[in-house]
This record gives sequence, C-alpha cells and structure tokens, in this order.
Amino acid sequence: MKTKSLIYYLLISSIFLFSLVSIWKILVTLQGVELKNFNFAIIITLGIAISLLNLIIGEKLNYLIKSSLFALIFTFVDGYIVQVMPIWYNIGIFAILIFFSLKINKYNQKYLASEHSSQIVVFDFLTLFGIVLFSFVILFPFYMMLITSFKTQAALLINPLDFSINFNQDFKELFKSYFVIFDTYNFGRYILISTFVSVGTVIVTLIFAIPAAYAVARLNFFGKNFLSTSILIIYMFPAIVLVIPLYTVFSQLGLRNSVGGLLIVYTATTLPVAIYMLQGYFRSIPKELEEAAIMDKLNWFGIIIKIILPLSIPAISSVALYVFMIAWNEFLFSLMFLDNPNSFTLSRAIQYLSGDAETPRQYLMAGSVVVTIPVLLIFVYFEKYLVSGLTAGSVKG
Amino acid sequence: MSDTLSKIEKRTAYILILPAVFLVFSIILFPIFANVWISFKEVGLKDIRIPEPRAKKIVKSIKDNLDQLKIIYKLRNSSLILEIRDVKFQDKLPKNIKPINLDERCRVKSNKIYCEFGNWEAKYRENFQILLQSSDDKPINKEKLKTIKPKLTGKSDNILLNTNFTLKNFKKVFFQNEFFDLLTTTFYYTFFGTIGSIIFGILTAQLVNQKFFGRTFMRSVLLFPYVGPVVALAYTWELLLDPYSGTLNNLLMNFQVIQEPLNLLGQKYLTINFFGFDIKLRLALTTVIIFEIWRYFPLAFLFILARLQAVPKELYEAAEVDGAGPLQKFINITLPQITAVISILFMIRFIWNFNKFEDIFLLTGGASGTRTLPINVYEQGFTISDIGMGSAVSIVIVALLLIFMFVYFKLIGKRADEN
Repeated sequence: MKTKSLIYYLLISSIFLFSLVSIWKILVTLQGVELKNFNFAIIITLGIAISLLNLIIGEKLNYLIKSSLFALIFTFVDGYIVQVMPIWYNIGIFAILIFFSLKINKYNQKYLASEHSSQIVVFDFLTLFGIVLFSFVILFPFYMMLITSFKTQAALLINPLDFSINFNQDFKELFKSYFVIFDTYNFGRYILISTFVSVGTVIVTLIFAIPAAYAVARLNFFGKNFLSTSILIIYMFPAIVLVIPLYTVFSQLGLRNSVGGLLIVYTATTLPVAIYMLQGYFRSIPKELEEAAIMDKLNWFGIIIKIILPLSIPAISSVALYVFMIAWNEFLFSLMFLDNPNSFTLSRAIQYLSGDAETPRQYLMAGSVVVTIPVLLIFVYFEKYLVSGLTAGSVKG
Repeated sequence: MSDTLSKIEKRTAYILILPAVFLVFSIILFPIFANVWISFKEVGLKDIRIPEPRAKKIVKSIKDNLDQLKIIYKLRNSSLILEIRDVKFQDKLPKNIKPINLDERCRVKSNKIYCEFGNWEAKYRENFQILLQSSDDKPINKEKLKTIKPKLTGKSDNILLNTNFTLKNFKKVFFQNEFFDLLTTTFYYTFFGTIGSIIFGILTAQLVNQKFFGRTFMRSVLLFPYVGPVVALAYTWELLLDPYSGTLNNLLMNFQVIQEPLNLLGQKYLTINFFGFDIKLRLALTTVIIFEIWRYFPLAFLFILARLQAVPKELYEAAEVDGAGPLQKFINITLPQITAVISILFMIRFIWNFNKFEDIFLLTGGASGTRTLPINVYEQGFTISDIGMGSAVSIVIVALLLIFMFVYFKLIGKRADEN
C-alpha cells in the first residue's frame, strides 16, 4: 500500500461523505428542523475513521454487515451524541452511510497498492461527487420554484427556510396561488395564446422550411452554396439587433400587440435552423426513390408529400419540437411587441406580473411552474428527438 | 432535352425556396440594414408613431327642441411634432336627418358628410360642430348616432423616411456613454460565461460518459436549465438570491458561513480579503455570469458528450495496456479528441453570450455593473426612448459580431484545410 494513495483515499472519501451529509442537512433544514452547523471537523474525522476501518477490516466481515456497522456507528455519533435529531433525519443519515460504505467497500489494501491507485481514487470520488453535486445544483431551483408556489406570503416571510408543505390543508388553500393566477390574472388566456403562437410557429415554419430544405438538399440552382453559408451566418445573428427596426416597422404597420406579428417573427427566426436540420436529413434519403417517382410523373409537390415526408417523420418531429420549445420560451420579442395584457404570452405575462413589486412571490412562482412544466414534460418525453435538434442547431442562444 | 430539364429544376428550386428566403430577408436581413439607416437619424420613440387625424364624437341634445341635435367633433392631430396634410373627414347620418347651417368646408352627399380640413400643424386642435335637423318630425335617435364613427384620412411625413442624417448618435455612443465600461463588462460576461460553461460541459460530459445507475435520468436533468423558459428560471434565481427572503442567504447565515446577507444581484463590488490583499470582486456581474454558466453549460455538455461517445474504446484499452492512469488517459486521449468540438463551442457560445439580453435584463435589469451592450440597446431605445441611439449601439454590436464571425470562419476553414 502506498502512503500517497492512502492519504488521497482517506481525505477524498471523507470530503465526499461530508458533502453528502451536508446536502442532507440542507434539505432537512428546509423542512423546518433547526440545524446550525455542518460540523465539518467531526464529520471529516468520522469519515476518515470509517474509511480507515474499512481498510483494516477488509474482507474479514461480510460487506453488508460491515456497511451496517459503519452506518450505525456514524448515525449514533452524529444523531445522538453530537446533537439529538429526529428519527427521520437519522434514517436519511443511515441510508447515506450505507451507500457510502458500499462505495468504499471495493478499496482494500491491495487495491491501494496498485499502479495509479491514487488517481483512480480521485477520479472515482470526483465522479460520485459530481453526480450528487450537479443533480443538487440543477434541481434545487426547480424544487424551490415548485415549493414556493404552494406557500403563503406570511409563511414565506416568517421563515424563508421552511420548505415544508402542509398537506392537511384544504385543496383550495394549497393550490391558492394557482387559483389566483388563473382567476385574477387571466393565465388561462395566456396559456391559450402561448400554445397558439407556439403551435402556429411550428406549422408555418414547417410549411416554409420543408420545400426550401428539399430544394437545398436535392436540386441544383444558381446561388445554392451562397444560400447554405448564409443560413449559417444568419442564425448567428442575435435578436437584440433586430429589435429596434422591427419595433418601428411593426408599430407603423399596426402589427404590434398582435399574435400574428409575433408568429411572423418567430417563424423567420427559426426558419434557418429548421432548413439546416431538414436538408441534412433529406440528403440521407436514397435518391433512387425519387427517380422512380419521376418516372411515375410525380411533380415536386408529389415527391415531397408522397416520398420525402413519410420517410422524414423523425427529423420533422425533432424540428417541430425544437421550434415549439423556442417559441414557447421566447421572451425578448414578446416583451417588445406586446404591451396590451389581452395579447400577452405566458412569459410576457409573468414578467408583467413581476413588474409590480406588490405581487406576492408565490404567484410569480406559480406562473413560472405553469410555463415550465409543459416544456420539461415535452423534453423528458421526447428527449431523443429534441437532443438531436439541440446538437444540430445550437441556435437557441 | 437535358437543358430544359435543368431549367425546370432551377425554376422549381426557386419556387420552393423563395417564400422562406423572402420571410428571412424581411424579418432578419432587412432590420440589420434598417439599423444602419436609423442609427444616422435623430429619432425618438414617440416620433415613430405616424401622425393621425383623430376625432372624438359627442352628441348633445338641444333644450326644448327634440327635432334638433348638436354633434361636436373634437378634432386633433395626434402628433406633437409633425403636420398632417389634406385632412379629409367623412361621417354618416341616419336617413331622416339633415344638417343645417353646415360649415363651408363641408358638403352633404347621399346621407354622408364630407369635409376637407386642409393642413393641420402639429398639436392642432379644433372643436367642430354640426347642427342636425330631423326631416320627418320624429325625434332623432341619439344612441344610433353615437355608434357611427367618423373616418379621417390625411398625409404626413414619416420621420424615418426623410433624408436628414446626423453623426450625433455615434458620437454619443463612443464619447458620452461610458463606452469602454460597457465593452469591458460585455467582454467579462462573454468570456467567463463561455469558459465556465465549457469547463462544466467537459466535467459533466466526462461524468455521464461513465456507466452508473440513473445515467439516462442524469442526462435529462443536466439539460433542464437549458430547455426551461428563461423567465421562470431567472425569477426563481432572483428569489433564491434575494438578500432578505432568499433561500441561499438564509441558508448561508443559518450555517454561519456568512454573517451579513449578501446582495448578490444588487451590489456592484464585494471586497474580499485574500491573504492580506483586498480584492474587489464585481459581485453582481459574477452572479450573472454564474447564472449564465448554469443555464448554458448543458449545450457544451451535449456537444462534448456526443463527441466522447464517438471516441473508439480501443484507444483507452491500448493506453491502459501501456500503463496510463486516468489522468494520462484524459490528457492524452480525451482532450485531443474534443479540442475540435471545444473550439467550435467556444466560438458559438462566445458569439451568443456576447448578444445575450434576456438573462441580465430579467435578473438585474442592467444595474449594479451588469450593463452589457445588448442591455444598452434596450435602455437607449426604450428606457431613454432614443431609437436612433439604440440603433447605433446595435450597429456596434453587429460590427463586432462580423469580426468574430470572420475570425471564426477563418479558423474553421483553416481546420478544414488541415484535415
């Protein structure tokens, strides 16, 4: 066994344990339990002790017995000697320790003597650490958004750290923020508008993009190369430089505050990437099929409808989902073009709500949940299609 | 024969492409050129409204005379700046009603009143009256009269279309506007945001490229910040970071990490004592950059993961046989395999972060040292209501962008030549 490996193993494993326990403590604190300290020194010492014991015991004990033993010792010290904690806190700590002990089980004296063992230890724990930490950092804001929408103004002010939800209260009380945003702030209408704009954008974009992509993929014409590069350059251009001229022109044409105006802009901004994605896919369809169709005297319209479309369902779905997501999430243009509450999209409505400093935060969060849930559901359900869209386009900005 | 075929092919291609090209041209390319035009003009937000002749119709009964009615039209020019020429007026009357003592600018023709008011200067106002008499002794239906709306037309100059140009806006952009400050803030935001998101992208891609329980779930979760609506996420963060009721500050204070709440989004500088040196950290800017990294590292993650999954396993196996540890494998195999994708990512993210507007706008509104060029476009155009200035700042952005793109395509071209 190498000393360097041993030190790495002891330190890294105990730091990992500390971070696991700390995250659990944060989550427990948010349930209203009073906890004032991470007890860094104690947890690290315990962690080093357990890791060391794990090496000494090695395989003399069955790994399940060993893990339970470690978990019991740790839980006892942390939950009864250092501070007295409720039982469910200790159950969590126990589970974390079981997990931790199972993870360190594979390290024994022989393992730490092998080549590169210090590096492997560091990489192993960094991986574990990364998984836990990234999940926490990413999910926490979403968790907070959801919880806050179920709280009352008073509860939020009294203890901002209390994330517990009282499920015993009336259904209407629990979902009060949601009832308020739908009844008072008209969110039902905004959902309809957002849906209409997003679905409309998808349909119009596809109607424009499919023929254009087919032409770029299959036909020869003057300026084709120029067009292909232009597509790339155009989708690098940011919305913010389009805003002022579009605002002036749309004002003068009376297109502001109209859902139609928004639809035109969304379609134009998503068209380049839609064409780019589709033409890439169309190229992969064997040409022979179309040649047979030309023999059958089909014109281009027939070719697209009868041959290209049925074969490109996956690509078209991913473009459709991707465009839907962009349109649904879009904020800048809806901010610029809409100032009449009758034609707000969801994003604009939430921003409008927040403009009033008096608006209780839980309403804002309820609105945020309403606008976030559809995209996340669509994303999780159709992830396969969407990921290919994201990588092909990367144009969302 | 083949000649006509290729002609047909060409024509078909143009028919297929034209609608898309037209739309993209008018909504994306035209505004970029229009920016140039507007940036050389002195135009305010209120100038862009086309002057309109307006009339408010008020119907009044006349005492002791049910057969007669008075209509007052409150006429005005909606513009405070521009005149309207050749104002024409038209209103309908119910059948049994005739005007009496009609103004000489007007005439009646088949139940309609036509008037020609000539030119109205800016801010023009007039109370214009018409006396009406029922022709068949029945009382006049007042309500019906009210529902008929008069029509007015007129010609006016469009301030955007005249040819008065000025360099004022650009002078202001470069000399009065703390331009250097704007530029450095934008570069900090762009550079650190880009580097940060790439570093986290590499870390997470490396993570997910390994086998562990819940890996597919992890992959979805990592993409949440990128697919979520910016409005919802920005407000959630704002609540999370609030100095008084925010969860983060309260947690940190609860666990005694900090003694005083930090105003993470509202404080420009934070002085940190680092081994005896006072370091001034741009606090709000750092927070905004962290949000940006949080939101956009998933893109880097996706790209790098896709690349990592294409690296042949044999490379790693061979390295293992040669006795390479994880670190050597990462440096000698993984990194060279992903440099190409990283350089592309760097350019894409750099350009996009450079133009990012929503995130900062929603989090700080550009206050506390987070004013970047895109934020400035909005502020000039819509807060200060100077459309010309906003356009001038847009032009600066476009110019810088073109330089970045030139460099980008040069580099890409070079790489393509090398391969």
